[in-house]
Amino acid sequence: MVRAVGKICIKLRMSTIQPNIEQPVSEEMQLVRRAKRGDDHAFEELVRRYDRNVFRIAQHITQNREDAEDVVQEAFLKAYSNLEKFQEQSKFYTWLVRIAVNEALMKLRRRKPERTVSLDEDVKTEDDSLPREVADWSPNPEQMYNQGELRDILTRTIQGLPAGFRTVFVLRDVEGLSTEETADALELSIPAVKSRLLRARLQLRERLNRFFQKKASGDGDQ
Amino acid sequence: MKCSEFLNELTNYLDGALDARTKTELDDHLAWCHNCYVVCDTTRKTIEIYRNSELYELPDDLRTRLRTAIMSKCSGHKKADPPSS
Repeated sequence: MVRAVGKICIKLRMSTIQPNIEQPVSEEMQLVRRAKRGDDHAFEELVRRYDRNVFRIAQHITQNREDAEDVVQEAFLKAYSNLEKFQEQSKFYTWLVRIAVNEALMKLRRRKPERTVSLDEDVKTEDDSLPREVADWSPNPEQMYNQGELRDILTRTIQGLPAGFRTVFVLRDVEGLSTEETADALELSIPAVKSRLLRARLQLRERLNRFFQKKASGDGDQ
Repeated sequence: MKCSEFLNELTNYLDGALDARTKTELDDHLAWCHNCYVVCDTTRKTIEIYRNSELYELPDDLRTRLRTAIMSKCSGHKKADPPSS
């Protein structure tokens, strides 16, 4: 599976390294150009392509379903009304994600004004992600729980991450954007994305430990 | 290689973003360091579990409602502010 993860990343990375000039115009870009010329059916096709992704990203960031619905609408409307400003230097999807993340962070700030919510927020010390507990997991940890229980565990666990880490993890590991695309969408440097991704992954791992580690003698773990 | 050095390269290792020599060094470290092996394996499982989790899927009825609302607003936007030619 490590190999599979690597393959996905390499594929995505290669697609971003190649200069645009050598690539044929993608189907996505054809839709964008038609939409720029006023073809609303083309824009609707872009909505169909990416509404699920934008909704997932928005709900991961805002942690609120109504806010996520608003973000989906606002992000697509903003993309529509600013389509002329899209320079086609990146994928449309990356540009759309940038808009959606900004909208979602604004929602989060409004909902939690007492907390600083920023992609720039850094977290405590260098040691906050160092593994404290090293215990092997069950071979198929997700099978230890029914679907509802697993969903609840995963939701609560990722919600505990700082917004800046959560967003990088979701774009990179859940949505499958490359490191470069994630950096582009979040307007962060590549080292910053890598650093946050490492710490997000390690913090999630640490928090999932108590749910997924091998049980010693068949006792309940929770 | 120290465990802290392994940890620093963990993301690149999992993403297959290392040159062959560094990857071999990490593989060698994993062969004898059980703690790093467990951290690496459980971090990989963490990523896989979230990637396969299908958290926050958009239900079809909500999807249709949102798309209708989006296109209606876009249409309204066009009428209110026609693009200059």
